[in-house]
Amino acid sequence: MTEAKSKFGSPAKVPAWVNLALIPLVNLAAALFISGIVILIVGDDPIQALEVLFYGAFGYADAVGYTLYYTTNFIFTGLAVAIAFHCGLFNIGAEGQALIGGLGVGLAALYLDFLPSWVVIPIAICTAAIFGAFWAYIPGYLQAKRGSHVVITTIMFNFIAASIMTYLLVEVLIAPGGQSPESREFAELAWLPFIHDFLPMPDTPLNVSFIFALLLSGAFYYFVWRTRWGYEIRVVGQNETAAKYAGISPSRNIILAMALSGALAGFVGINEVLGVHHRLILDFTGGFGFVGIAVALMGRNHPVGIFLAALLFGALYQGGSELAFEMKTINREMVIVIQGLIILFSGALENMFRPKIESFFKRKTTIAAAGA
Amino acid sequence: MSVDRGTIHGIIGENGAGKSTLMSIVYGFYQAEDGIILVDGNQCHIDNPQASIAAGIGMVHQHFMLVDTFTVLENVILGVEGGALLTEGLAKARKELLRLEKEYSLEIDVDAYVGDLPVGLRQRVEILKALYRGAEILILDEPTGVLTPQEADHLFRILNTLRDQGKTVVLITHKLREIMAITDNVSVMRRGEMVAHVATKDTSREQLAELMVGRTVLLQVEKEDATPGKTVMKIRDLSFIDGDGVPRLKKINLDIKAGEILGIAGVSGNGQSELLSVLGGIDPPSAGSVIYKDEDITNSRSFNARELRKIGLGHVPEDRHRSGLILSFSAKENTILGYHDSAVYNKGATLDQNAVLNICETYIEKFDVRPPDPNLNASGFSGGNQQKLVLAREMENDPDILLVGQPTRGVDIGAIEFIHKQLIEMRDAGKAILVVSVEIEEVMSLSDRIAVMFDGEIVGELDAKEATETRLGLMMAGVKETATSVNKEENKVVGS
Repeated sequence: MTEAKSKFGSPAKVPAWVNLALIPLVNLAAALFISGIVILIVGDDPIQALEVLFYGAFGYADAVGYTLYYTTNFIFTGLAVAIAFHCGLFNIGAEGQALIGGLGVGLAALYLDFLPSWVVIPIAICTAAIFGAFWAYIPGYLQAKRGSHVVITTIMFNFIAASIMTYLLVEVLIAPGGQSPESREFAELAWLPFIHDFLPMPDTPLNVSFIFALLLSGAFYYFVWRTRWGYEIRVVGQNETAAKYAGISPSRNIILAMALSGALAGFVGINEVLGVHHRLILDFTGGFGFVGIAVALMGRNHPVGIFLAALLFGALYQGGSELAFEMKTINREMVIVIQGLIILFSGALENMFRPKIESFFKRKTTIAAAGA
Repeated sequence: MSVDRGTIHGIIGENGAGKSTLMSIVYGFYQAEDGIILVDGNQCHIDNPQASIAAGIGMVHQHFMLVDTFTVLENVILGVEGGALLTEGLAKARKELLRLEKEYSLEIDVDAYVGDLPVGLRQRVEILKALYRGAEILILDEPTGVLTPQEADHLFRILNTLRDQGKTVVLITHKLREIMAITDNVSVMRRGEMVAHVATKDTSREQLAELMVGRTVLLQVEKEDATPGKTVMKIRDLSFIDGDGVPRLKKINLDIKAGEILGIAGVSGNGQSELLSVLGGIDPPSAGSVIYKDEDITNSRSFNARELRKIGLGHVPEDRHRSGLILSFSAKENTILGYHDSAVYNKGATLDQNAVLNICETYIEKFDVRPPDPNLNASGFSGGNQQKLVLAREMENDPDILLVGQPTRGVDIGAIEFIHKQLIEMRDAGKAILVVSVEIEEVMSLSDRIAVMFDGEIVGELDAKEATETRLGLMMAGVKETATSVNKEENKVVGS
């Protein structure tokens, strides 16, 4: 065994925790460090800002509720981007798919809210999935059968989705006699229960879709790593030639992965439309679809990682608004800068520290092996 | 290690022994962590290919680094154009090339486009490129992998001329035959270490093989005569035109019989890969028919990779990195590639992790895969062990017919012996086996019958006992055999 381990040319192994925990943390620390410098430049105290940020996200019950409410959206979009990643696809369209998913929710709730809750809510969940899936199915189909690159088409589909929503809300679904582009409010029985309805905590937008998101994370793990369909998707994502060799159709799996991705993104509509606003409004997705890319990247496309990354971004959203409110030189835009830096370091610059850290640990293990 | 001026020095070792790494360090692609390089007694600090060229070292890579749409002349001056305007550089290069050609008898048309040249000549362009840059030391990395035996002999003559002119040649290879044929001295590498330096005339193939592996090896495949049974797969007039409209297979006729190994010889790129991918159900044929167990399956629903596996076809692909394995998956997960929807591995919707693990462990034990770790990523195994994983998967699912592409490409000698034994055992168990290999020795020692492919056609088929290297070599170059053997082939087809 020892002989086999130290065999020449075999890659030295890096401990798993380095990949899963250390590198994301280093990236995060680097992002916060640069943010600190920016805050210093605008003339505020970075340490105090960090404290405010943290307190604003987790410091009291209200804050936790809001943080988890944002987290819910990020889990949905993070999982959505991740399933596409597993198939080797870069789904930039979670934003548009979430919008169309929300449209599905809205239509179901607007036209069926005379039915009892236990009928209308499951139907709304299904329409969210179906509408979102449909919106991602088209780019998936175009990629699989026509070779139109999914990055381009999903970006386009974001714009189309936004335009469709505007048109519908201005011309068709607008509340009778209403002045602003939003639908009428749904009947109360179509609302998702808030967590504060059955737990002793202050009123926050946190609703049962958070629990739904956690259940979905479990289902995601099961599907991707424990079923043959997930296996096929991963094979296609890793090596299309091998997939063909093994009789796995790349195009079928590309379409399937995109549809699943769209369905997951569509669930943002459940949280936002059915859980919080209780009506269709414009732009309820608020960039969650885009941040989902960073969440999936940071979370290594694994549900546990995605949950942690979603929690981080949830905290940033919530703590960030607190920060903008508390400290006079830091405004809303400054918070976006900090978020942007984190996305930059954990997403685009994800590999900046990796080679150094990995070679450090490789050398360590090689020396240990040589010593043994 | 030291190399004498004016000699041909061979470096031999198993794949992954570190031959190419060593030469890449000398050529400046990689940095050595420790140690020094001396050229003509002067210590050189080589940290990029330019420094290496300046020190008089030239390298001919296994995969040529030429621009197909440029002429020979343009390729040669690539990187040393000498000035902003090409005209002057080209004229100078033309004169210099003519001199080099004469001096080393490297005849070549300098105005031909590289894309139009056969492989042997392209290699010559690479050599010229190195000489033009003033190389005194020429490193060739596995130069004969893509050549016919005749082309290889020609290359060796060129290398001899170079040596006689005082140049130094370093030849990296894993083929013992070449070392014995041409080198003056040989260094043997094993697992990143130099284990021996010997003069070629004082050594033997057996001794070198032993040095490479670290134990005695059997170079010849031991086998009984085949007892061919029923034809399992009949291929009639099979043609395949690829996506660019180029015909890759032209009216192929083959019979693959139970209890027999049919070898396909040929220089790589003459349609063997396409033959495997059509028979393996990856690409649909353009014309012709495939009859499997007396049933014409050409247009049936089962003629695709997934369904073929279910009716008893195993396929070991030519390139295990591109097709046979998912390198980022564990050995365990690779065990089920292609068989993942079999009832054995599934409990309802769930993949049965225990079943997968158990079967992977049996494969690992039976095929002696090292390290015996089902959770290790496929990329963490050596070439030979990766190949064993693929073979285990395709052989242990009890196929009636097994397609094997390059059974031992990039596999160390110890594993080659094992793989050959497994294939023979399978043949003796009455399975039909098709082996495609560019290693002519392998085809000759493994097969019972040999078909030779050239330019998408079967140029001839002969009994392995009648095959000689020259005869096969001529066929590989596209020379059809005399009428008698063609008649014999006709008779065979009629007779079957």
